[in-house]
Formats: sequence, C-alpha cells, structure tokens
Amino acid sequence: MKIKTLNLALAASMAWGTAASAQTEIEWWHAFTGRLGELLAAQVEKFNESQSDYRVVASHKGNYSEALNAGIAAFRAGEQPHLLQVFEVGTATMMSATGAVKPVYEVMEESGLEFDPEAYIPAVTGYYTNSDGQMLSFPYNSSTQVLYVNRDKLEEAGIDPDVDLSIWENWDEVLTQLKDAGVTCPYTTSWQSWVHLESFSAYHDVPFATNANGFEGLDTELVFNGDIQVKHIDQLGEWAQEGKFIYNGRRNEAGANFRAGDCALFTESSAGYAGVKAEADFDFDIRHLPYWDAVDAAPQNTIIGGASVWIMEGHTDEEYTAVAAFLNFLSSPEVQAQWHQDTGYLPITNAAGKLTEEQGFYDENPGTEIAGLQMTRNEPTDNSKGLRLGGFDQIRTIIDEELEGVWSGQKSAQVALDSAVERGNQLLRRFEQANR
Amino acid sequence: MEKRVIFKGWMLPALLLMPQIVITAIFFFYPAGQAIWQSMFVPDPFGLKTQFVGLGNFEYLLNDPYYRASFLTTAIFSTLVTVVSMGVALYLAILADRLIKGSGTYRTLLIWPYAVAPAVAGVLWMFMFNTRVGVVSWYLGLLGYDWNHVLNEAEAMGLVVAASSWGRISYNFLFFLAGLQAIPRSVIEAAAIDGAKFWTRFRTIVWPLLSPVTFFLMVVNVVYAFFETFGVIHTITSGGPQQATTILVYKVYSDGFVGQDLGSSAAQSVILLFVVGVLTVIQFKFIERRVHY
Repeated sequence: MKIKTLNLALAASMAWGTAASAQTEIEWWHAFTGRLGELLAAQVEKFNESQSDYRVVASHKGNYSEALNAGIAAFRAGEQPHLLQVFEVGTATMMSATGAVKPVYEVMEESGLEFDPEAYIPAVTGYYTNSDGQMLSFPYNSSTQVLYVNRDKLEEAGIDPDVDLSIWENWDEVLTQLKDAGVTCPYTTSWQSWVHLESFSAYHDVPFATNANGFEGLDTELVFNGDIQVKHIDQLGEWAQEGKFIYNGRRNEAGANFRAGDCALFTESSAGYAGVKAEADFDFDIRHLPYWDAVDAAPQNTIIGGASVWIMEGHTDEEYTAVAAFLNFLSSPEVQAQWHQDTGYLPITNAAGKLTEEQGFYDENPGTEIAGLQMTRNEPTDNSKGLRLGGFDQIRTIIDEELEGVWSGQKSAQVALDSAVERGNQLLRRFEQANR
Repeated sequence: MEKRVIFKGWMLPALLLMPQIVITAIFFFYPAGQAIWQSMFVPDPFGLKTQFVGLGNFEYLLNDPYYRASFLTTAIFSTLVTVVSMGVALYLAILADRLIKGSGTYRTLLIWPYAVAPAVAGVLWMFMFNTRVGVVSWYLGLLGYDWNHVLNEAEAMGLVVAASSWGRISYNFLFFLAGLQAIPRSVIEAAAIDGAKFWTRFRTIVWPLLSPVTFFLMVVNVVYAFFETFGVIHTITSGGPQQATTILVYKVYSDGFVGQDLGSSAAQSVILLFVVGVLTVIQFKFIERRVHY
C-alpha cells in the first residue's frame, strides 16, 4: 500500500517535472564507470545543453552483465528504460527478444529525422545489423584487438625493436630470444577467446560457427575446432609450456603485467590504449594483430567487441523521437571523433574517422589508427562480419575453461577445442529451445 | 515431569505463530515454490515466451558430466571450509580460554574478520596472492615456489578455501569460546587433581561437553559453505581454472545471471535445496545422537 502511494507520488512529481520543463525525458542505463563513465556523462550533458526539447538521464547499472540483467528485470516489471547498453556477447539475446526491443532503423524511420545507414562503417555496424543490412542496435563503443609491443624489452634482449611481428611464423624465434635473455613474460594476452578464437577465425576467414556465425539462424553450431584454430591453439599451448606465453587470467588481468613492464608483447583491445599510454614508462608501439601467413585468406579483418545501445519497446512515439535525436547527436562527426580520440574506441562513421585524421590526431598518436585500418582492410565476409550466438557469455566461459586446460598442459588443443565445441553446442540448443 | 501449557481453542496459538509462519511463507515457501515451478520450463530471459519441459531441465543437468563433477567439487570445498574454519577456531578458542591477561584484546582482534563482507574478503585474498603484485606470492617466489592459482587447480581451491574460512573462524571462535567458558571449572579441576593431563581432560570432558556447540556449528558451517561463499569464489577465481572451483551455488549464478538460462538455474536451485535438506537430515539423524546436551 505504502509503496504504491509512494510510487504514485513519485510518478506525479515526475509528471509535474516533465510538464514544467516541457521536455521529453529518456532514460539510458549503462555499464561505464571511471574515466569512461565521465566521458559518457559529458556526452549526455552536451546533448542536454544543445537543445531544450529532450533530456537524457543516464544511470549506471553495474558491469555489463549486471546492466543487462537490470534491463531484463526492469522489462519484466514493465519499468524498462528507453536505452540499454548491452555488451556484444549479449547481441543474440537482445535480437531474439522480439517484443522487448525496437530496432534502431525502425525508430529512426518513424522519427522522420535524417538517418543515413551508409554513413556508418560497415565493419563496425555489421555486428549489429540483421541479414538485410538494417541496423538493430546502435554501436556505441566498439574496439578490436591489436598488438602492443614493449620496445625497451625487445632492445634489452638484443632484438631489433622494429622486428617483423606481423605474422605468427616469425614469433617463435623472437619469443625464444626473449626467453633466453631472461624475460619472465615474453608474451601475454587478455580476452583469450575473443583474441585467439573469435577474431582469429574472422582474421583467417574461417567460420567460428555455422549459419554465417549465427547470423542466419538459431540452429547454428560451433565449428571453431577446425585445423587452423587447432594449429594456433596448439602453438600457444606449446609456448605456454615453454614459458614463452604467460597466461594471466580470463579477462584483461594481463594488462597490469604489460603496463608494469613485465611483458614484452601483449594482445589486447584497442581501447586499452589510454591505460597503456597513461601508465607505461617504457617505449611502446601498437601494431596489427599477427596472422598465419600460411593461411591464404589471412589477413581478412578482425571483429569488434565492446557494446551497443538497444532501444527498448513500450514507450511513446514522442520519446522515440527523443531517442532518435540523441542517437543522431552521438553519430555526428564531432561527437564521434572526440569519443574515438578520448577512449580508443573505433569511430562508427567514416566522417568521424576522416575528421580525426584531419585534426592530426593519428600523427600525434601513432598506432591509434591501426584498429580502424585493420577493421576496414577488407569487405567483411560471412566469417568476419561478427558473431551472433545465444548464451555467448557462457560459451566464452566454457572456452576459457578448456583453454586453461591447454595452457596448463593437461589437454591437447584438439581435445580442448572439441570439448568446448560440444559443450557450447548444448548451450546453443537450449537457447534455440527457449526462443522457439 | 514435563509441564505442558495447553491453550484453549486455536485462535490465540495461531495468532502467536502467525508472524513466524508468514515470514517463512513469504521468504521461503513462496520463492522455493517458484523455483520448483520454473524448473519445469525453458523460458527466454525477457519472459516473452516459455516452453514446458517437465523434468527436461533436470535430465539435461544430470546428463552433463561437468555438472556432476561440480558435486564433487562442492563436497571437497564444503568439507575443507568446515574443517578448517572449525578446527582453527577451536584451537584459538582453547588458547583464548586459557589466557588471563589481555584476553579482551585478543578476542576483539579475532572477531574482527567476521565484519568483513565475503566479497571484500575475496578481494583482499586475491590481492595477497595475486600472481604479479601479491605480497604472499612474492614471498613464496623468494622461497622458490611459483604460486599460480590462475592455472593451478589445487592452489585455486586452497585459496578460496582459505578466504572462505577466514571470516568464518571469528564466528566459530565466538561460539567455541562461549562453549568452553560454560564448562564448569570444578569438573576440569577435579580431573586435573586426579592427574589427567590436558589431552585426556580435553578428550574426556571438554570435547563431549562442547558437542552441542560443535554440532550446531557444523550444520551452520556446511550451509555457509554451500550458499554464502559465492562472493569469495566470484571475486577470486570465477569458478576456474577450468572448473576447479565451480561449486553448485556458483553454477546457479552463472547459468542464471550470466547465461540467462533461468530454467536450468531454477532446476539447479531445486537440486541444491534437496541436497542441503538431505544433508541436514543426515546430520540430525546420525550425528546428533552423539551429542550430549
């Protein structure tokens, strides 16, 4: 009873607040804290100040998983926000939720505001479009994998810091030299599944899952236990046994080791740039992710990670117009370019990339252009457009578990990947069943 | 003779029992019923559509070798946490009981860790044993031991057991100390005069008289290890390496809130409820017989 009265009072006061300011208010739930949280808040403030019709209220709802759960719970209670930030592995979950989400292209169309799908970079938006090329969610923050090199460490080990590391074939020799020179951590990586299986498959133009990596239907099956992937994981496993590849954890724990100067080579998200730049007291550079030269199709393009913003169903037309205005604001070249330069996330429009170049940012910060180039080097194929798998967060956990078996020497690459595929497929079948 | 108070009619007793019954119904029967109901469906996360599968979720779980393996992991983990936290607490309580000077300070310090939330305790231990910046792992490195709980399953298990037991030792310590102090001095002194050494006195007098406390703590600690250690596991290992520290309750969380597989998660809660129920019955049926009140 009391709660109801309170809610009424709250609703009344909110309605009054809206009426008084004659603004349409939209809610945005996100998962950013720290520096990224500040930058996000600054964007929102700038939008609110730029016009007087709409007002965006951003609320932090915990990490990615927690924000997604908060959104789901809110939808079940009929209290969903207008916008919800969801990480890339939650894409299939959101896509299947017909009736809970409203596709971006639909909102833009209905709003009557200007919206040019061609302005966006296909390699970035591809992850979030349907098979007809229509944008489902708004790619808010996207990054891709790059190689960070500690030049000082290479020099100390007597290796030319400009040594060619662009193909994996060259790595064994360099890692051996580093190891022999007493470097305790020649190579480390963050996000092992994302770097070494998901993007690896795209980069070498081999499928990660059937049905165009799940884009063409829920009856998809994992196939990342192919020869090329097995060979790669096998090589990493060998390096792990020899102390040339040091495993530090499932997420981005390895970043601390690299930034502290322990590790010579490090594969990590391009969004890790700000952190490395701020903390590293050594000379470093950013390079393309290596590929196996023996694979003809490589290098294709890498795939993205990060998050996109989904529009939830159940709001008024007026509010959707406000949403459309806000997304247009976020897509404008100035806002996008600023975001890209501040965070290291990829620009989502070609104009923003161009503007950044014109402003001389890439010349002043060499290496920051690599991620964009790597993404756009080729027209994405069915294997490199992205991944759309149900229960993907858990599939990643399964992959993590199995890879740990390889790094510790308990499992061969083939056995581990076969097992990961089998276990992951069970999850896919359950997801299919739940969304039939 | 036992004295019995018999109420006339049923209204007053029902009224007096009502608060307890209502609380149990709202906070236990209702959610437990919901879990059982949900365990028979495979819903999508948003509650837009759902499929009835009967016992399908249970069948799926029990056919999964990794789920079955997590029973063993849970058994090992719970046993270790219970034994370590109770063993250390009893040892400390005996020492504190014999202490005359400064026992207040000693006790206060020992009780402190209980105020630390499990997730925070997890973070503390994680930092101490962090493979790169951890104080403890650094010292172990000096001794020539390469600590790596990120890949070593036994070390990971040891670490989560230590972190889970740590805060619990305080709680157990309090009960053991109170139990020890409730034992009449005269009995122990009489035994001492008869020439019984410390161990004999402990074995024949203290331990039996302490048994109600020990039994209570055992039940409580097993339940703790089953349900409340989630925060520690989540912050330190997230269930890894491989599945070395994935205990049942952690899997309930990860399937439900990471995987959005609510049907499987509900079925797991039901299984967990059943397991803990059986364990408690066993404890009361068989172990309580040896308890002297």
